[in-house]
Amino acid sequence: MSTARTSSRPVMLVRPLVWQTLIWLFLGLATLFTIAILFFIIGYIAAKGLPVITLRFLFSLPERMGKEGGILPTIIASWALTILALLVATPVGVGSAVYLTEYTRESALTRVVRFGADALAGVPSIIFGLFGFILFVVKLRLGWSILSGGLTLALMVLPTIIRTSEEAIRTVPVALREVSLSLGATKWQTVTRVVLPNALPGILTGIILSMGRSIAETACVIFTAGSSLLLPRSILDPARSMAVHFYILAREGISMERAYGTAAVLVISILAINALAYIIMFRFMRHRR
Amino acid sequence: MQVKLAIRSLNAWFNSRQVLKDINLDIIANEILAVIGPAHSGKSTLLRIINRLTENQPGLRWEGSILLDGREINDLDTTELRRRVGLIFATPVPLPGTIFDNVAYGPRLKGRQSQRQLAETVERCLRAASLWDEVKDRLHTSALRLSGGQQQRLCIARTLAVDPELVLMDEPCSGLDPISTAQIENALRELKSRYTFILVTNNTKQAARVADRVAFFLSGELIELGTASQLFTAPKDKRTDDYLSGRIG
Repeated sequence: MSTARTSSRPVMLVRPLVWQTLIWLFLGLATLFTIAILFFIIGYIAAKGLPVITLRFLFSLPERMGKEGGILPTIIASWALTILALLVATPVGVGSAVYLTEYTRESALTRVVRFGADALAGVPSIIFGLFGFILFVVKLRLGWSILSGGLTLALMVLPTIIRTSEEAIRTVPVALREVSLSLGATKWQTVTRVVLPNALPGILTGIILSMGRSIAETACVIFTAGSSLLLPRSILDPARSMAVHFYILAREGISMERAYGTAAVLVISILAINALAYIIMFRFMRHRR
Repeated sequence: MQVKLAIRSLNAWFNSRQVLKDINLDIIANEILAVIGPAHSGKSTLLRIINRLTENQPGLRWEGSILLDGREINDLDTTELRRRVGLIFATPVPLPGTIFDNVAYGPRLKGRQSQRQLAETVERCLRAASLWDEVKDRLHTSALRLSGGQQQRLCIARTLAVDPELVLMDEPCSGLDPISTAQIENALRELKSRYTFILVTNNTKQAARVADRVAFFLSGELIELGTASQLFTAPKDKRTDDYLSGRIG
């Protein structure tokens, strides 16, 4: 019988089975912790916010600075800002990604662009807010408006969309491109018929992430879209997004109850976006498999 | 005999390494020319050059002259060239989508066509690749669910749907079982009257079964070219003999 002293193997301080169990326990707890926090936040907001949500809350105008009445203008503002941001950022971002992956060779320029996109993705949103304020609100005289806010949000999410799209496009096998080309497709036909459809799930992930970030963004928006509680009538009107409304209600101590109500609507919107995106993606993938 | 493709003094380099050395080769219309030789003898590179897929491959450059029906391939538009010269890859790569979509991919690129016209083309090409009977009831299911042999025949049908004159095949049967291989070889024999084939293969027996002429490549050089019966029974070059009898390669 070999003992620890005669064996050439390293001495085991803990028996493998015990070690296995410990690891399993640790990983399990880490996961549990993450999920627990998520559920705590959602549960807390739901518990505090859901009772506030009524049809009147959703579909009427705020009164007395939001102390009473509904949050209709802020819901409209949030969606308008988000949709505008994505309408601008998606074509530009996906276009850049296609250019970087399909239309140029790897060079100093592409590395600089990629580094720039990564660096931009890490810039705090309030810096984008300040930039948007100077460029759109002041220099281009768009004023505090949904347009200024949407464009600023577009700049903020652009790096995310570029980088996720780029990664998604890179995972499309070279063989698929060569097949398409060998069948007489032009580069553009190959991009639109083979590359982009196959990269779509990845691209969509980037868009969903960006959507979530846009709709939840506060710092960027307060600088560029303002905090008007009036119902916006065009994208040139100033507006207050749900996130900003929540911030002001809570910070100014106007109504914690209504702040939670707004937060709950915001969280539900984000969950709805995610669910919708997964459904679309699932439908699309099932159609192709 | 009409020369379909004429290759004159073709030299190719991958970075600084020469991968094809002074190749001179005529491909005659409606023949099956098999190209045999050990790995890294430049066979696949030759096909990719003819199809001009090497343009997307950094590091590869070539000089010399390749004439398709007497016209320099570099003077042709790449899409036109690739419609006239099809390429079948070693591993079948179905495009994600249905069987029908795969075969219709090429025709659809050319522009709008009626659904009926497309359906006719799809059926004709699947029949030509002897796949029709196996898939006629599930044209609108995913091509990815087909077996490897069926996928390769689908790729052949897809290439035929573009209506090429010359079809390049890069070891089309390398991953396939004998039955699938036999089905593809039968399809080739039937298609010969309408198309010209260059068949790169690792399988000398396959070359003997289907080819009219055989070219033996070694380290980027064309060592010997002859009819299948001559080259396999009485090779003139010692290196061909060595390869065929398994002493090199």
